Amino acid sequence: MPEPKSLRVAYGEALVELGATNGKMVVLDADLAHATMTSMFEAKYPERFFNFGLAEANMMCAAAGFAHSGFVPFASTFALFGTGRAYEQIRNSISYVNANVKFGLSHSGLSVGEDGGSHQSIEDIALMRVLPGMTILVPCDPIETRKAVFAAAAIDGPVYIRVARPIVENITTESTPFVPGEACVLREGGDICIAATGLMVKEALKAAELLAALGIKAAVVNFHTIKPFDSKRVLDMAKGCGAIVTVEEHSVIGGLGSAVAEVLAGNSSAKFERIGIQDRFGKSGKPADLFAEYGLTAANICSRCEALLGRGVG
Amino acid sequence: MDNASLTQKARQLRRDILKMLYLCQSGHPGGSLSSLEILMALYYKVAKTDSRKPRWEDRDRIVLSKGHACPALYAVLADRGFFPREDLWRLRQIDSHLQGHPDMNKTPGIDASTGSLGQGISIAVGMALAAKTRKAGYRVFCVIGDGEAQEGLVWEAAMAAAHYKLDNLVVLMDHNGLQIDGPNDQVMGLGDIAAKFAAFGLETRRADGHDIDSIAGALGSGHAGKPLFVQCETVKGKGVSFMEDNPGWHGKPMNDKEYAAAIAQLGGTVDA
Ligand SMILES: Cc1ncc(C[n+]2csc(CCOP(=O)(O)OP(=O)(O)O)c2C)c(N)n1
Ligand SMILES: [Mg+2]
Repeated sequence: MPEPKSLRVAYGEALVELGATNGKMVVLDADLAHATMTSMFEAKYPERFFNFGLAEANMMCAAAGFAHSGFVPFASTFALFGTGRAYEQIRNSISYVNANVKFGLSHSGLSVGEDGGSHQSIEDIALMRVLPGMTILVPCDPIETRKAVFAAAAIDGPVYIRVARPIVENITTESTPFVPGEACVLREGGDICIAATGLMVKEALKAAELLAALGIKAAVVNFHTIKPFDSKRVLDMAKGCGAIVTVEEHSVIGGLGSAVAEVLAGNSSAKFERIGIQDRFGKSGKPADLFAEYGLTAANICSRCEALLGRGVG
Repeated sequence: MDNASLTQKARQLRRDILKMLYLCQSGHPGGSLSSLEILMALYYKVAKTDSRKPRWEDRDRIVLSKGHACPALYAVLADRGFFPREDLWRLRQIDSHLQGHPDMNKTPGIDASTGSLGQGISIAVGMALAAKTRKAGYRVFCVIGDGEAQEGLVWEAAMAAAHYKLDNLVVLMDHNGLQIDGPNDQVMGLGDIAAKFAAFGLETRRADGHDIDSIAGALGSGHAGKPLFVQCETVKGKGVSFMEDNPGWHGKPMNDKEYAAAIAQLGGTVDA
């Protein structure tokens, strides 16, 4: 099994690999090439790498200009500064005109850790999800990150790849299906379904183990694509299990939890709960300490599932 | 405080910065060490602040726009009595008020939350404009990085500062020549920064950014009707030989050996 690594390293490696066959690809960064790992592409293809310095808004519009001129730009910075500071640039110069721009933005979510709430993007999925025509990919491990980069290049239009910073083990394999827009069932189970995205997929799988020990059969579905959203899978889950829990390293407002709620509302009476960041900001701390405090752990997922099913102490 | 004591103080504060960063194994040594004397000139010589009344209405405002250098600010604030020095050793821990980037709602003495580069200088413009509107006499000091000046927002702020004739605003640049991906000139050249600020309508001066008297001297009056820009010449990582002028130390944790060597260079021992 390929070794654990940070998703940003997997992202950098995938860019280098893609660059070998895709001559139209250019990579842009905003003074974070050594953090987003686009520095790997820069080392290999310096003539196709452009550092814009600390100027995220300029970089995003310049990416649109590259796309309008026949290139396939991958623009990178931290998720907060890409989707946040450059939001309106993405909205009008990229999304509004369906420009073929990809942005792999790293340091998403609480797992940024010690840098604190000013750097932890917990709203980026929400910001991108309201944009018509946007594709949002949230890989859960290094293998999936590579697939997301290749899938993004194959899509004609804007794609946001949400990249996390911690070093993580692979939980999928080369042969696990990865089709943008199609959620992937990682574990079957008929009592409750845990829908997870990004780093939370691993916690969901661990939670399913804990639940199994309690006699509860939990399915785990990996929503590596938040947009276009796999509504059909949600309705199937609701019918099959009657109870759905969403888990994301993002605000419960506007992300996976909201997307599932929007599908269920009026269409299903399945029991439902959203685990994620409950309408508050992040703060400094070690990622594991933050996950514990914010309830992004297998143990919490397990007890929320039990409570939703009316079992355990809740 | 006389100059000899300030020099001693700077060495002690550098050790505090390194201890904080070593203990949390994250954060930004290079830019913290380069901003120290700029912050000391403000807090020990020039600015009106009172640690017993951190929100005193007529205090001078100090905005560290390059928020990642907050270990230097925290060391100074603790030394000035805004909070206990022991708090420093909990930097970036989950139950600490000392966040990875300055937080005005958590830490006494912080006038503006920063960390997303480019925003602090615009906040400072608003504070200076508010002082003018209130006919209050306080000044607003804002410390920015040179890489930070690549943000368009910085120039929008400069334009507004000159337009509104904010002579109660001082922008101090920590001009260390480096950012994360390398030297400013290689990443995104800024050209003659002082000339650019002058073209935007600011009074511009230069100072030795590691000489407290030189910085304080540049902050005097004589810029009526214009905001003041002071380009402070600094060395990133100042005081630790292997960190000096090395972009690799922008945001790298120290291992035990590096920490011990750094503390020794600053005349200390690791458990002091
Ligand atoms: C808007 C924004 N973009 C990117 C970053 C990430 N970042 C933190 S420090 C830094 C480099 C800053 O360089 P400079 O202003 O020269 O700081 P110094 O050399 O004084 O440390 C970058 C890109 C950020 N904090 N904010
Ligand atoms: Mg600099």
